[in-house]
Amino acid sequence: MAYITCEDLTLGYDGIVIAEHIRFEVNKGNYLYVVGENGSGKSTLIKTLLHLMEPLSGRISTGDGLKPHEIGYLPQQTAVQKDFPASVWEIVLSGTLSRCGIRPFFQKTEKKIAEENMKSMAVWELRNKCYRNLSGGQQQRVMLARALCATTKMLLLDEPVTGLDPKVTVEFYSMIQELNRRGIAIIMVSHDIKAAVRYASHILHVEKTQSFFGSKEEYLRSDAWKMFQYAGGAEGD
Amino acid sequence: MTDIILKFQFYLEYPFVRYALIVGTLVALCSSLLGVTLVLKRFSFIGDGLSHVAFGAMAVATIFKLTNDTIFVMPVTILTAVLLLRTGQNTKIKGDAAIAMLSVGSLAIGYLIMNVFSTSANISGDVCSTLFGSTSILTLTKEEVFICVILSMLVVALFCFFYNKIFAVTFDENFAKATGTNSDAYNLLIAVVTAIIIVLAMNLVGSLLISALVIFPALSAMRIIQNFKGVVICSAVISVGCAIVGMFISILFSTPVGSTIVVADIMVFFVSCAIGKMLRR
Repeated sequence: MAYITCEDLTLGYDGIVIAEHIRFEVNKGNYLYVVGENGSGKSTLIKTLLHLMEPLSGRISTGDGLKPHEIGYLPQQTAVQKDFPASVWEIVLSGTLSRCGIRPFFQKTEKKIAEENMKSMAVWELRNKCYRNLSGGQQQRVMLARALCATTKMLLLDEPVTGLDPKVTVEFYSMIQELNRRGIAIIMVSHDIKAAVRYASHILHVEKTQSFFGSKEEYLRSDAWKMFQYAGGAEGD
Repeated sequence: MTDIILKFQFYLEYPFVRYALIVGTLVALCSSLLGVTLVLKRFSFIGDGLSHVAFGAMAVATIFKLTNDTIFVMPVTILTAVLLLRTGQNTKIKGDAAIAMLSVGSLAIGYLIMNVFSTSANISGDVCSTLFGSTSILTLTKEEVFICVILSMLVVALFCFFYNKIFAVTFDENFAKATGTNSDAYNLLIAVVTAIIIVLAMNLVGSLLISALVIFPALSAMRIIQNFKGVVICSAVISVGCAIVGMFISILFSTPVGSTIVVADIMVFFVSCAIGKMLRR
């Protein structure tokens, strides 16, 4: 059974359909890229996968030991976070909160998990620094460490390289690839079609009525890819 | 100097001065704890809106000649807070507009009601003391002090108990929700506690100045300190300090209590801005 299976999903707000007939699945070790134009329903799909909103119809089921709230999420930065006075330690530790349940305070186990993830993301030395004073790349690593505190199975990243310079972007991508090799399933939402073709194992191309889902090889032979190529070429890429 | 100390001792003999000090300190503590969250969640104005609603409710309570108007004012304010925070995100009328609407609306209706139905000879005096809290903190009864102490302890206990969850919900509501924290429940909790604090604080600074008590200590602390726990503690210290100093000054020089405290808060804010600038160099 797959981690996540979506069957004939219809996405939208207040009864207005944004995208329909979406079907895909994510298995252990997969690296899924979600691509599509602005307004095609990518962010709605994210919100639905994270249980922040309900699909208009269709079903999302989780399996293979993945609990519904076990998706580590790397959000796009909000305005609130840009001037939030919080230390790196506080932020990463907050990722373990779901392990606490009703218990009000963190115990050694949670602190240990936070420490390990900070070390593996190379932000342990920054733990007493304030989040808002970090560089863009450091901030993303902190958020990644927090997401890893919440999951060992699946990460969902929403446009994670926006605003990073090219060198940091490459570093970030190889970090994600490394996590993927360790067996964590990745769902990456991105505009970066070159990276998608390079790193993905599967691609979901979201469109209003006819979304494409398949392995990268299938995608490169599909019409959706040719259309995207054409559009990309017209922008002078 | 000895003069001043003697004068303090003389005033402290009076129970109403002691009551005022207790209530003032507790209200300042509670409002500053929650202020950090409200400022960071971009809800700075909710204090203002709620206090005006409380003013309107108080005016209605006066018509019905309720002896203890808190019984009426508290539920109305809590209900409004819940509605405001709940509808804050996805409605046709956006959060700030809804707050502004409610705020001026209830202020106008409250004043109208007070004028039309008033039985007292000194309407403008009544209105002034409700809006600016000029005397009410010095006329507290023992029961009111008791209620205030219980409620403040409840607020502090709730805040400590849910501290980590409040942090998570404030920093990144979507992440918290996606990983299984019940964000809606904590937002509701924040709303209810905010309403309780607003009603308590009306006695101290009056309904026009409550926002100052909520936002100034938090903003001052955020200039100097770079982590959340530090900001919360620092803001509590600043708020309580300003409240005590403000109350003493107002007793010594017979200035209005509420505005004196707020002026103290403003001064601390500018000092911490300066300190923050120096630290960053």
